[in-house]
Amino acid sequence: MVQVIDRRLNGKNKSAVNRRRFIRRFRNQIKKAVEEAVNERSITDIDSGEKINIPTRDISEPVFRHDTGGERDSVHPGNREFIPGDKFKRPSGSAGKGGKASNSGEGEDDFTFNLSREEFLDLFFEGLALPDLVKTQLATNVEHRKIRAGYTRDGVPTNINVIRSLKGALARRIALRGPYVKRMQEAKQELEDATEENNQDLTLELEDEIRHLKKRISAIPFIDSFDLHYNNRIKIPRPTAQAVMFCIMDVSGSMDEARKDIAKRFFIMLYLFLTRSYERIEVVYIRHHTTAKEVDEDEFFHSRETGGTVVSSALELMHEIIRERYPSNDWNIYAAQASDGDNWNDDSPKCRALLTEKILPLLQYYAYVEITPDEHQRLWHEFQTVKETNRNFAIKRIDEPADIYPVFRKLFRKKVA
Amino acid sequence: MTSKLLSETSEWTFDLILRYEKEIARIAANFGLDTYPNQIEIITSEQMMDAYSSVGMPVGYKHWSFGKHFLNVEQRYKRGQMGLAYEIVINSNPCIAYLMEENTMMMQALVLAHAAYGHNSFFKNNYLFQAWTNADAIIDYMIFAKNYIAECEQRYGEEKVELILDSCHALMNYGVDRYKRPPRLSANEERLRQSEREEYLQSQVNQLWRTIPKKKKDPKHEGENCFPREPQENILYFIEKNAPLLEPWQREIVRIVRKIAQYFYPQRQTQVMNEGWATFWHYTIMNQLYDEGLVSDGFIIEFLQTHTNVVSQPPFDSPHYSGINPYNLGYSMMSDIRRICEAPDDEDHLWFPEIAGSDWKETLDFAMKNFKDESFIAQFLSPRLIREMKLFSVLDDDRKRKLEVSAIHDERGYRRIRRSLANQYNLGNNEPDIQVYNVNIKGDRALTLRHKQDKRKPLHKTVHEMLKHLSRLWGFTVKLETVDTNGRSLNTHECVVKH
Repeated sequence: MVQVIDRRLNGKNKSAVNRRRFIRRFRNQIKKAVEEAVNERSITDIDSGEKINIPTRDISEPVFRHDTGGERDSVHPGNREFIPGDKFKRPSGSAGKGGKASNSGEGEDDFTFNLSREEFLDLFFEGLALPDLVKTQLATNVEHRKIRAGYTRDGVPTNINVIRSLKGALARRIALRGPYVKRMQEAKQELEDATEENNQDLTLELEDEIRHLKKRISAIPFIDSFDLHYNNRIKIPRPTAQAVMFCIMDVSGSMDEARKDIAKRFFIMLYLFLTRSYERIEVVYIRHHTTAKEVDEDEFFHSRETGGTVVSSALELMHEIIRERYPSNDWNIYAAQASDGDNWNDDSPKCRALLTEKILPLLQYYAYVEITPDEHQRLWHEFQTVKETNRNFAIKRIDEPADIYPVFRKLFRKKVA
Repeated sequence: MTSKLLSETSEWTFDLILRYEKEIARIAANFGLDTYPNQIEIITSEQMMDAYSSVGMPVGYKHWSFGKHFLNVEQRYKRGQMGLAYEIVINSNPCIAYLMEENTMMMQALVLAHAAYGHNSFFKNNYLFQAWTNADAIIDYMIFAKNYIAECEQRYGEEKVELILDSCHALMNYGVDRYKRPPRLSANEERLRQSEREEYLQSQVNQLWRTIPKKKKDPKHEGENCFPREPQENILYFIEKNAPLLEPWQREIVRIVRKIAQYFYPQRQTQVMNEGWATFWHYTIMNQLYDEGLVSDGFIIEFLQTHTNVVSQPPFDSPHYSGINPYNLGYSMMSDIRRICEAPDDEDHLWFPEIAGSDWKETLDFAMKNFKDESFIAQFLSPRLIREMKLFSVLDDDRKRKLEVSAIHDERGYRRIRRSLANQYNLGNNEPDIQVYNVNIKGDRALTLRHKQDKRKPLHKTVHEMLKHLSRLWGFTVKLETVDTNGRSLNTHECVVKH
């Protein structure tokens, strides 16, 4: 007696719960691994999942067992030249031919596995949040969206739902015709009987009735205004789910490749972070030296320029773009600026004025990172004063690539209410 | 002449599986294999990975360690470092065997012969399985365990349940009765009696601790008040019954882990025999199919290639060597027993007077039913097989600077190699001998375990972690005393719990 069962259609993710528990349980170790992974590799890879290594000893499940040592006799196959009494050196390490082969996972090999993109980003941005003020602004920034909501009896002809209307008509026709059809069938039967009995009067009467019934049936309209159904759409409010991110970078001669790389990593991290809160994100790249220019991504990161630095040029351009293309009641606007702190001295106060008066009121958040190991210059000090008066403005300094992630975390750390 | 071939291509269909199954069942019955009814389940490779990580059981409670196992399997499978096992078979009635959809028809037939007839008949007939496992009830019990633990998680929180499970898993190997046979309980009784037991157990524990004396005596003078009276080998059982601070539901979880450990204990003791038996029978049955003209040349060549891989045994100096392959050892011994029965030479008559020349089916059946790995090897490993495998034994004594070859495949060495190899499969030798020795019921309730050191083999440093787990379950200080064979105390580990 045998039974063959096809289980292939049963779920395949029976282990998903256990996997999740594993990740929850070792959250701290995994998070550490995530941070290490971030610092080691190019951040552009982050968007996909991530291979994670954690030391085996952290997650081992202990059991009572023997350590090496003592006296043990072990049997092995494939003897070629040994005779009893042969002596040889103890192989180094416990897993040589002397020991039993499976000394059960003693090695310090890492335990490696893959996190999905979602899991990775969750851990990566854990504990971070967009600043509070953004949220209040988000809530008021409502726009309406129309969604389908069943059917309605009246509407404009373009919204007629044909299938639904014809279904209604069919039902109505069947319902209204019912009594007549039934009577007609009876009448026909009676007519047959009457013809057989040669009952002339009754025959005539019945023929009359049948004719009448036919007329009644054909009088039922194929479709009636009563049948018409229209697609219904209602408006629902929803918070703006789109954001624009301005990346502003100084490309004057003092910004070398290493600094640009740091800036790039920072921008990408911000971008990823925003993708978690917004459905749609546009990115505007502005680079500047003495003049500012809007460019595409490739040019932004790769082409080289030299010259002096006038930061206000970029801010002005940004303001212009916001005014033209991104009205702030429709868009959540974020800006990140990376610079080595060089600026033409007289320009820095102008930047401050621009920011406080024109730009910051339109923005959700403005993050300025200065990539320099050197002394701060005037721009930094001017921006410090901006920071004191504006909650949606933050400045931080990055010395080397390893600082990027910690700085990013500091900028967006969840504020405890 | 019409072809009798069951199939022409390597594609399988449900219909073909049934036809092969019928032929294999007929051949197996002719050879006298006695099996549970079969339930064959077709699954995908992803499902196979799931089955892997839940120790092969179709249902199981939730725990992170299974997730860890799963991630490991998944990662290695995806990188191509390992293939998935061709089959998983569950010791239940009906016997559940999984076939992977990726397999060819030949593989499906091989798995049927190997698992659905080989392992199946072993599960049904080996004395250890008969005595220690209850094939009718295991699936029900696993469902009970899963539901019970899920309920506890809801009631007491995942974390609390997880802590208990962690500690129980660590002690799983010490949750089996090695000598005493456990009482048999069906899953239904289990459910019915569970709540009753909770209350009862709790009251028993309270009884035990009520006898706190008024005067404090010297704890050395324990005499007749020594508890437990005799050392207890089943640590989890002892904890379930006696740990003072556990809640009833925690006791039940200890019990569940213990029961599952006990269920798997025979499998751990019969790896060589079980795989050897199943491999021997798939080889015999597949060849019979070929001899009867039911399968093609291509089929049998594909089979032989797979079979050869399964039983390959790299020599000790090969980079692929990772110990003795249980499939190879078991298969070789089973085949060797058949040879001794059918064509014994003088040596065989000398070494195996009872079985040389006897009926091979009966002899094999006897061997399968009444032994475990250790005794099977001690009884049936023949000099000829020792020569064929070129076995040798190495003595590793940490007091000497060099390793010494203690025996090779010659007249003087056969017995020593056989004894040594048998010992290698004695679970009692591989795991440290640790037993519950004493509880200080009059004082601080400290639990003392005793480790009897065997051949000066030291404990691994995991002992510290282990004592933490133990004290989590016990609730008070736990000590572990290592003694040598003369009972002389060598050293003591301790995990102090302050209240």
